[in-house]
Amino acid sequence: MSDDALRARALSGRPLGEITLQAAVRSGLSPADLRIHPDTLRHQAAVAEEHGNPQLGENLRRAAELTALPDDEVLAVYEALRPGRSTRAELDEIAARLDAATAPLCAALVREAAVACEHRGVLRAS
Amino acid sequence: MLELDGTLAAEFDLIDAFIAARGIDVAVATETDALDDLVFARLIVDPNVPRAEVVRLAAGATPEKLARVVALLRPVELQMAVAKMRVRRTPSNQAHVTNRLDDPLLLAADAATAVAYGFREVETTVPVNADAPSNALAVLIGSQVGSAGAITQCSVEEALELDLGLRGLTTYAETVSLYGTEKVFLDGDDTPWSKAFLCSAYASRGLKMRVTSGGGSEALMGAAEGRSLFSLESRCVALARAMGAQGVQNGGIDGASVVGAVPGGMRELLAENLLVMLRDLESCSGNDALGSESDMRRTAHSVPLFLAGSDFLFSGFGSIPRYDNMFGPSNFNAEDLDDYLVLQRDWDTDGALRPVTAERLREVRERAARACLAVYRELGLVDGGADDPGPSSSLGFTKEHVAEVVNAEGSKDVTPPDPRAVLRAADAILERQLGVLDVVRALWATGYEEEAARVFAMGRARVAGDYLQTAAIFDEQMHVLSKVTDPNDYQGPGTGYQMTGARRREVAAIRQQRSRDDLLARYSAGAPKAGGGMAAGATAGSASPASHRAAPFRLVERGPAAAGADPLEVCVGVSPAFATRLWSTMAGLPVGDALAAVVAGIEAEGCSARVVRVPSTVDLGVVGLTAAELAGSGVAVGLQAKGTALIHRRGLAPLACLELLSIAPLLTLQMYRELGANAARYARGGQPAPVRNPYTDWAIEARFHAEVVALVAIERGETVPGAPPIDAEVER
Repeated sequence: MSDDALRARALSGRPLGEITLQAAVRSGLSPADLRIHPDTLRHQAAVAEEHGNPQLGENLRRAAELTALPDDEVLAVYEALRPGRSTRAELDEIAARLDAATAPLCAALVREAAVACEHRGVLRAS
Repeated sequence: MLELDGTLAAEFDLIDAFIAARGIDVAVATETDALDDLVFARLIVDPNVPRAEVVRLAAGATPEKLARVVALLRPVELQMAVAKMRVRRTPSNQAHVTNRLDDPLLLAADAATAVAYGFREVETTVPVNADAPSNALAVLIGSQVGSAGAITQCSVEEALELDLGLRGLTTYAETVSLYGTEKVFLDGDDTPWSKAFLCSAYASRGLKMRVTSGGGSEALMGAAEGRSLFSLESRCVALARAMGAQGVQNGGIDGASVVGAVPGGMRELLAENLLVMLRDLESCSGNDALGSESDMRRTAHSVPLFLAGSDFLFSGFGSIPRYDNMFGPSNFNAEDLDDYLVLQRDWDTDGALRPVTAERLREVRERAARACLAVYRELGLVDGGADDPGPSSSLGFTKEHVAEVVNAEGSKDVTPPDPRAVLRAADAILERQLGVLDVVRALWATGYEEEAARVFAMGRARVAGDYLQTAAIFDEQMHVLSKVTDPNDYQGPGTGYQMTGARRREVAAIRQQRSRDDLLARYSAGAPKAGGGMAAGATAGSASPASHRAAPFRLVERGPAAAGADPLEVCVGVSPAFATRLWSTMAGLPVGDALAAVVAGIEAEGCSARVVRVPSTVDLGVVGLTAAELAGSGVAVGLQAKGTALIHRRGLAPLACLELLSIAPLLTLQMYRELGANAARYARGGQPAPVRNPYTDWAIEARFHAEVVALVAIERGETVPGAPPIDAEVER
């Protein structure tokens, strides 16, 4: 494991060095202790960009934003983006919510989807 | 971008729009566009042009451009390009582990088997959708028995697959399907944006994922829009890069047989993999659907990529029997594993698998099945769970079932578990929100501490996130091998991935390997022991020499042989190792029985037989000729320990014998007797009909020539150059 990785913290804030098997079996860990931290994702995004893949970098930066969202909300946004699920207004509203949740890249993705899907007529009519 | 492959921006469909927005590096698009297709194609193959330069140019290529360029490559050029362009230096492999019953213990044992063979990714799926959480859990447990670091996935509907991943019951995802036409993409119930969001969702929980495409899928779904398979696939791959996915599973996949049905189809499948590599993405390279009922065609499909190497050579080698593969049979399956291991050895090529002993397999299978049972019980998923499942539910969750599973080749060999019990376990996993920490604690509590540590390490690896980089796998020490840590550096002969000495020895050590000692043990069966009995034959190998059939036999040497005077005397010349080191013919006959049959044939035709040993040569022609010169009749039979026999006559050239029985592995006692009888007939001045060699459609040389080399070496070791022939007598 790289030094960077060893310095990483889990989403919970617990340093990776404290995330041990002993802690896990003593029930001293919660699921958030095995969740990736947004800073780690941004670090991995930078690594991907340095290695010539800006798209993977962007994906990991969107992912960093999503660490703040609970699982069911993530699933709900995914569902809303599927064909015929949402109206233009609903997608715009989701984008606004994401912006408010400091997820501007995800918000931009949703707005872009709204425009493209409206153009191609694959949104829910009402 | 104002235009993409002839479509103006106003006319962009969803796929065009997504690719145009993100998929093409506009800084090089003009340069790439201006590059002549053939010049570009040559850059891809030329080992002197760095991989990075090709990747830079490919990033500026539209889907059509890249498809046109790759279409110029012939098969061997595709192989060169794949060797150079794949992302990871070290090749790897993925297994399919499923069964018809969703039997958790069998899934766990089969996952352990796959990992023992060296698979680094294990993909499962379900015949019954609701069983998915149980299958994911069973495969997760089994995959961590024996060694660390194999990652697992459960291929089901997108939302459920994501859910399992979020809980940590799977450690990567692959079934995020892309299609090359808008119509089929929408039929797949997604848009490029929803899929891109899904990519980010997986990454947000530290999970590796790749997308799936594969030529022929659009045609299968009836909306190829009149475009070629390959140009549609090029759109999928461009889209994958645009979405920020780190890798692509393609190379036909479910459409492989559609592609295989058109001229050049196999070339197209390999070219699909190359498209992924050119976009600098991880290639999980197909070969995962049985492409043909013809063993030659399906092998021909997979071998070019196997030789070139890939991030994942198979996006599912069926490590379980064909009938248990719930994806449908893979192109290679458990039935082919032995052959595959031999192919690695034959080509001195790393197919990312390794031979495993039967003992090791039993060990990991038993441990995996036991660990799985222990976790299901500990978590209350079976037997005494909250809703008291009743007696029938224990079917499939007992020690007896563990024993069945350990020895099972597949699900036909086990008592089917109660399907309701499996469903209840799966439901409970979802309802109780069980996740990776619960699995770790259950493994620990039931004494599977090593497995607890490994499952935990998989969870912890998500926090570090290094395996989100392109083409990442874990080795068995949990080191990440990826584009970042293990980049492909192929630049022609002597560069790029090469097997270490230890790895080559591992690849060479196939279980069919036999030593000279094994051979000698087999061929010494029937040798007299010091006490007068016979040595028991070792049973290793195929032909089991019939020590139990042989009467005690010994050839006693009496002294130098002189020329005989009796015109009815026929000699039988035997080779140096005959009944000294070698006691069995290649047909498994005791050498004494073969000799007795020859003698009986000679005597039946009214001649007398004299046995002489010719210790000076391994050449059967010379053995026979030397004996013929001693015989009063001038005729002799030559008999080698391995069973080859001939008739010779005084005055002929050594190689110009009268008759030759050369197919030693097929010779029978009757043939030896006939040969003896014919020798006597020649001695009496007759002109008998020659004894015919037996014929066979076996690959007789492949079966026996390595053995012949060893047997001749043993004969050579027994020769005494210049030593005169010796009279010998049979003692029974």
